[in-house]
Amino acid sequence: MREAVAHNLVEIRGLKIGATVFTPGEKPKNVEIVHGVDLNLEKGKVLGLIGESGAGKSTIGLSTLAYGRGGIRITGGEIFINGIDILKNSVGELRDLRGRQVTYVSQSAAAGFNPSKRLMDQVVESCLSHKLCSRKEAEERAVTLFRKLGLPDPENFGKRYPHQVSGGQLQRAMTAMALCPEPDLVIFDEPTTALDVTTQIDVLASIKEAIQDTGVGALYITHDLAVVAQVSDHIMVLQHGRMVEYGTTDQIINNPQKDYTRALVSIRSTIHDETPAKGEPVLKLDNVSARYRGLNFDVVKDVTLEIHPSQTLAVVGESGSGKSTLARVMTGLLPLRQGSVSFNGETLPAALEERSKEQLRELQMIYQMADVAMNPRQTIETIIGRPLEFYFGMQGAEKRARVIELLDEIELGESFLKRYPAELSGGQKQRVCIARALAAKPRLIICDEVTSALDPLVADGILKLLLNLQEIEHVSYLFITHDLATVRAIADTIAVMYQGNVVRYGPKSKVLEPPFDDYTDLLLSSVPEMKLGWLEDVISTRKMDSAGN
Amino acid sequence: MTMRIPVSALIGLTMMAFFFSLAVFAPLIAPYGIGEVVGDVWEPMSAKHWLGTDNIGRDLLTRMIYGARTTIFIASAATVLSFTLGTLLALSAVVLGGWVDMALSRFIDLIMTIPTLIFALVVLSVVPTSILILIVLMGLLDTTRVYRLARAVAVDINVMDYVEAARLRGEGTRWIVLREILPNALSPLVAELGLRFIFMVLFISTLSFLGLGVLPPDTDWGAIVKENKEGLVYGIPAALAPAVAIATLAISVNLVADWVLNRTTSLKGGRNA
Repeated sequence: MREAVAHNLVEIRGLKIGATVFTPGEKPKNVEIVHGVDLNLEKGKVLGLIGESGAGKSTIGLSTLAYGRGGIRITGGEIFINGIDILKNSVGELRDLRGRQVTYVSQSAAAGFNPSKRLMDQVVESCLSHKLCSRKEAEERAVTLFRKLGLPDPENFGKRYPHQVSGGQLQRAMTAMALCPEPDLVIFDEPTTALDVTTQIDVLASIKEAIQDTGVGALYITHDLAVVAQVSDHIMVLQHGRMVEYGTTDQIINNPQKDYTRALVSIRSTIHDETPAKGEPVLKLDNVSARYRGLNFDVVKDVTLEIHPSQTLAVVGESGSGKSTLARVMTGLLPLRQGSVSFNGETLPAALEERSKEQLRELQMIYQMADVAMNPRQTIETIIGRPLEFYFGMQGAEKRARVIELLDEIELGESFLKRYPAELSGGQKQRVCIARALAAKPRLIICDEVTSALDPLVADGILKLLLNLQEIEHVSYLFITHDLATVRAIADTIAVMYQGNVVRYGPKSKVLEPPFDDYTDLLLSSVPEMKLGWLEDVISTRKMDSAGN
Repeated sequence: MTMRIPVSALIGLTMMAFFFSLAVFAPLIAPYGIGEVVGDVWEPMSAKHWLGTDNIGRDLLTRMIYGARTTIFIASAATVLSFTLGTLLALSAVVLGGWVDMALSRFIDLIMTIPTLIFALVVLSVVPTSILILIVLMGLLDTTRVYRLARAVAVDINVMDYVEAARLRGEGTRWIVLREILPNALSPLVAELGLRFIFMVLFISTLSFLGLGVLPPDTDWGAIVKENKEGLVYGIPAALAPAVAIATLAISVNLVADWVLNRTTSLKGGRNA
């Protein structure tokens, strides 16, 4: 056995990780999910692990704690932390390692904190349980970290409970918790993925600063190459539990060697050219306001929008901006309080129950979570066939032929007829949902964050499919998203929403061209770009603070 | 796909099959007629009378077999009634929502505040007792419990996007209840079915024991306990035969219900795996 190199903080050799999978209707079986990965991390450096879901990046990250989530086992290889093979450690030695030498920041800080304890008690907990210092010292450390991470009122921040601070602040508090015992290595597992785009860059900037100031080594796990490019020194690209490419950040971003890496780097380059609006608008909103029952303010305020035939209107904004509520108003799920919605020139009844079958048919919807948008007990044939049967009275062979035609259009094919949703991957599920919407031959499809739950490459495929289908079927889209890259890729017209108002509305070329209003500027500048030093540039030139602060 | 049935469920299934075939083929299996007096009062077990005779000299085995028939028939019919009605009402209440849900749920709560047995005794002392009345009464009373469970399950399913998608498509209540919600609510309900069936067996036995259930010449297990309970004082075990039968049936149904529940939860993503 070779000895570990002394200056390496982490050295992983030939790591193999196995898991037990439970496929519905089959016996549990053991599979290997990481197939011999080697990895080095020097002290004080940051290594970005990147890949789509199932690439094994989180699993590898957690293995540096000699830990595997339910059903996951480390089956081979060596993991050295500071030259010690932790897989040979006893339980007691592992306890010393975890929370002291190696700490962890998870994706969902909201689920990571105990809601019934004050933040300070949780941040200093590992210091105290490892008897690293007195409570007073630990709290001083915590306050220093709070200040460093840019949290408001650092002296008193720890007195709050988790629900009293925002999501971005909570994620920073979790970073403070990880840094408090002064570890050698911190694992960041998608720390900014669940945050709004404008909040994300603040958290990212403060994490980066904290890493640099404390000189801690870090593994930064994410699926977003543009994000990882801002914080890491080296990047390792993973796919299906194997390393694809490893190099300095500069080399990976500017000179990728492998096709897969190239695809990841160019992910945001699909651009749909804006087409000019023709004909009467398909859907028109006039001064629409709406609120949920029990609220004394409008969630959507005085919105006026138009969607033209074969065009895409993208409604963009952060969570809470009212964009999904707007979709509910259009579908009739939430009757509007003021204004009117007209479709094909005639005014739509406000409530769903009063709309005619024909009006319902022409306005279809695709959801964010394809998993729950399909009945798990129905086959794909039933799911896509139902609108055909319901709207057009198709039966038997005619219906089946049309279902197969639709399956071909979404690039899946006949073999999917008898499958159940659980047997499909995330991207395939979303494709089936698209086919179900298309089956009704609608004039307008509302797409509510349809790509945000998908891996970047898969999402790219879905966007391309939607654009192709628009060419063929001449359908209009209302595209709701928080992701400006998606908007750039697909939109003809853009509406930017902020706190229920449309703050900017017009053709894509106009909306994305300066001069900007403050909010649009913030939103546009917050989209991570695939280039080094982008983060610093943005932070120094922004006009407005994000809502998460 | 090969399915492995665990030993416990296999025992349960065998026992259930035994009881149900007794019930179905009672006239073919029973050695004597149901009301036939064939021996002395409370004769001990013998080759002629496997379980001995009862308080007026009828063959106890014969009485038990016919008793199984009545007990299982009434319990099954009442369970089916309570399940169909309870599930349909609950699912419709959830889908329709608003005041329908409110009115129905509060009405069910109201009925549940009255102890079931007392309610049944009051009704049976007013209306003439017949097997049909018993089934309807027991079924209706148990509907309340099925309703509560089915509603809790359906509320979770009703907020799923696929139900919303069906609504946006313009589907009627019937489709949403039967095609979207029911198939997904079935697994917890099927597991509950076994338990409710056993409560029905106990309920009808209780009523018969109190003399308000099955009337002569028909008999059921509760009635056999009632007829023979005085024997216990003299050390005659005739009343224990139906008691053992009730216990065995209850256990075997539960073994099967446990298995069904485990199997269906693991299908949903392995909570039990």
